[in-house]
Amino acid sequence: MYDLSCAGVTKKFGPFTAVSDVSLNIPSGSFFSILGPSGCGKTTLMRMIAGFETPSSGDIRIKGESVLSIPPNRRNVKMVFQNLALFPMMSVGENIAYGLRCRGDVRSEIAGKVARVLDRVSMPGVEDKQIDQLSGGQKQRIAIARCMVLEPDVLLLDEPLGALDLKLREHMKIELKQLQHRFATTFLYITHDQSEALVMSDQVAVMNAGRFEQIGTPKELYRGPVSGFVAGFVGDATCLPGTITDIRGQQARVALDSGGQVIGCLCDESGTGDAVEVFLRPEAMQICSGNDDTTLRGRVDSLLFNGANSRVLMRMGSGQIIEVAETAQADPLTEGAQIAVSWRPEQARIFARRAE
Amino acid sequence: MGRDAGRLSLILLFTPFALWIGLLIVLPQLGIGYVSLREKVGVNQYEFGFGNYADFFGEPIYRNTLLRTAWMSILVTILALIIGFPIAYYIAKLARARIRAALFLMCLIPLWVSDLVRAYGWIVLLRETGVVSTVLVGAGLITEPVEMLYNDVTVVIGLVYTVILFMIVPLVSTLQGMDDALLEAGYNLGGSRFTVFRRIVVPYAMPGIVAGCIITFMLAAGSYLTPILLGGKNSSWFTEQIYNQFITRYNWEAGATFGVLLLVFTSLVVWVGLRLTGQSLVTTVARKD
Amino acid sequence: MQVSGNLLWIYRVYVLIFFLYLVAPLCAAGVFAFNDSLFPSLPWRGFTLDWFFSPSEPKLGLFHDDRLLRGIGNSLFIGVIVATIATALGTCNAFLFVRKTFRFKPLLYVMMVVPLVIPGVILGISILVFASMIANFFDSTLGLFVTWLRPGIPLIVLGQCSFLTTITSLVIAARLQKFDISLEEAALNLGASRPRVLLTVTFPFLFPALFSAFVVAFLVSFENFNTTLMLVGSDAPLTITMYDRMVKVGSTPVLNAVSVVLMLGSGLLALASVVAQRPQSAQ
Repeated sequence: MYDLSCAGVTKKFGPFTAVSDVSLNIPSGSFFSILGPSGCGKTTLMRMIAGFETPSSGDIRIKGESVLSIPPNRRNVKMVFQNLALFPMMSVGENIAYGLRCRGDVRSEIAGKVARVLDRVSMPGVEDKQIDQLSGGQKQRIAIARCMVLEPDVLLLDEPLGALDLKLREHMKIELKQLQHRFATTFLYITHDQSEALVMSDQVAVMNAGRFEQIGTPKELYRGPVSGFVAGFVGDATCLPGTITDIRGQQARVALDSGGQVIGCLCDESGTGDAVEVFLRPEAMQICSGNDDTTLRGRVDSLLFNGANSRVLMRMGSGQIIEVAETAQADPLTEGAQIAVSWRPEQARIFARRAE
Repeated sequence: MGRDAGRLSLILLFTPFALWIGLLIVLPQLGIGYVSLREKVGVNQYEFGFGNYADFFGEPIYRNTLLRTAWMSILVTILALIIGFPIAYYIAKLARARIRAALFLMCLIPLWVSDLVRAYGWIVLLRETGVVSTVLVGAGLITEPVEMLYNDVTVVIGLVYTVILFMIVPLVSTLQGMDDALLEAGYNLGGSRFTVFRRIVVPYAMPGIVAGCIITFMLAAGSYLTPILLGGKNSSWFTEQIYNQFITRYNWEAGATFGVLLLVFTSLVVWVGLRLTGQSLVTTVARKD
Repeated sequence: MQVSGNLLWIYRVYVLIFFLYLVAPLCAAGVFAFNDSLFPSLPWRGFTLDWFFSPSEPKLGLFHDDRLLRGIGNSLFIGVIVATIATALGTCNAFLFVRKTFRFKPLLYVMMVVPLVIPGVILGISILVFASMIANFFDSTLGLFVTWLRPGIPLIVLGQCSFLTTITSLVIAARLQKFDISLEEAALNLGASRPRVLLTVTFPFLFPALFSAFVVAFLVSFENFNTTLMLVGSDAPLTITMYDRMVKVGSTPVLNAVSVVLMLGSGLLALASVVAQRPQSAQ
């Protein structure tokens, strides 16, 4: 059974449609992310699931039952807010106990439950501390503990890692994944950071302007994007605009706006003469010549060192820059050197041009 | 969070507000307007008309008292602004943080003590047998004790004292909100001290200045104790007239008329002032800060 | 504004003179309460507490002067009632203007602030007149004699509430604006009912402002004169009693003693309200 499903959920604010016909099904115990840029509607969708907004149309079901008529303080989905919303006038223990007391749990059991959940988030014994005595990462864990102690059906997380610095964020990504396994609860996570979504999730939905563009596993999104937006948003890619001149089966020939012709794999319904974009991932290209149709030439513009993510930037005659992953070279490259990059045709993806 | 619950709570919250404003402010003001239009023609017999107002304008002493109250209040307001602005600026900008809190607190102290105590203090200081007079005689600067009360200058000094804090407090909060970087940019672009003051500080602080002026003017015009205690028989302040009509002579119609006139006249002065400086009630009073 | 060295010192002297000007009358009023003389004036005849505690003429101390003590009692009574009503109304108004949207909101906000600008005397006479009109109406049509609509303590309470509510509303609204609404949503999400959210999350945050508003309203009520003057009946608060004494009998140092008590009391309460409003680490 699905812990959480949305069927055709739409939300309009006057003439503006924030969320448009969104459907999703999240299996029990999985980590599901909604990935999208600011303003794409993901926060609105989450607030509808939590009950702070009402959908204009569509249904939201938790464990099979529709929750539209249930007010936000009686739904069994608990939310970790973007700014954590820990109550500053209460201690850590009182924060965590808040939901238990609202529920009417027996006083004598509350202390025990609080202690147990603190153990599970690896922060035992901090019940009496004040909120402002905690660090960013510790506050995160307390916010999660406050929700998990109530054993919710689904835990909603609204961009919780935004306020943390880089090293802590990387650490928390792994922690969150481990917490999710430990509690075996369904997590619904929204973010604009694709690395968070890819690293932690079992499934990701890419959202743009109120719609889901694609739902799939991180690998499916990375290797098989279904639209230009997904191809450009998930992972790095160089994007070459052009026009289709010829289609043969799955392959299409594109006349690049910057000159030259390339062959790539046509991934949507575009036809001859349509304006398209060709997407090339840095690691899909090699720094050597290949067939004319799958080769581009230029000069080395700069060499960017970033450990395993090092890049070579090649500037073509037209001025466009192509990013190529730097692999071990027989001859080390220097700036200004003439090089060529090539790829296998099925690794270049062609989509209809995105609206600006 | 149903829509109905939201409407219900709006009605619940609006009712006390509406009752308070309606029953304690709006209706009573209309009430005095109503009474001011009533003329007593016999025992418990009333006619309506502007007779009371005609009486007012016909009697020079009443007219002159109102005018005197108004122009002296304007004078007090201007003095309060001139004296108070440097103080407010010092507190907001030049004092260090801890001193600033202490100074601000000291500014508030006279506010917390009654008008009565303040006026009484001035009497103790300035009357013929008071401190200043005795000290001056003792120091040999004058030969006889001098009566410093019961003249206009003292009334003005006393009124400025009463209202100046209501000028300083809005100015301090407005000036505190001013980013120092604005001033530094002004100097950096070549402004002299005077230019920066005239073209950056004053326009920025204008809503605070106007708010302060409105409050001090209305306070001065509506003041009762200070003009009477410090001015004595010569004080002729308009609020005293209102009190006389109501309590001493029990002539409520005339008293109400005077009240309405005071309100209308001072509102007129405030309105003219707002127009002259290009502000409106919304920009000065309804700012959410 | 850059101020050069010398100018800064002149500035400082000016500020100093200003604060001396501020304190001078208060010192004068206060100091002579301790002067062992029949008049609040120089020369200084020695330090005494007689004007506070002496039980007999000619130096009747404050704490034995029945009329003055009754005045203090009335003022305290009125102050507490007015502060309570004004704080309650102020809380409603704060929530109304900070949380809700409705038509004519800017206009109504200005109306809320207007009572501060209306001269106290006018507020007094308007309520006097209005209450009389209602009382006369009851009297003539229903034969009911409604005493509390005649000058007296109930009218004083109403008169003071009319403008004190504005002050409390502004104080509480200022604090409420700083409240992070996601705290309430988090509480709802954790299962709290709406009343419980208000009680456990919102009001603890608001409490310093509620306390401050109460204290400020009490203080302003205690020392109010203009409005009270028009509405006073047979039970007079302290300020009216003191004024009567001053005008009819002349000033004796017992009035200075009253001043000292007023200053001390106001000072302590005001300090309490400022301390309560200071941003504490946990709030």
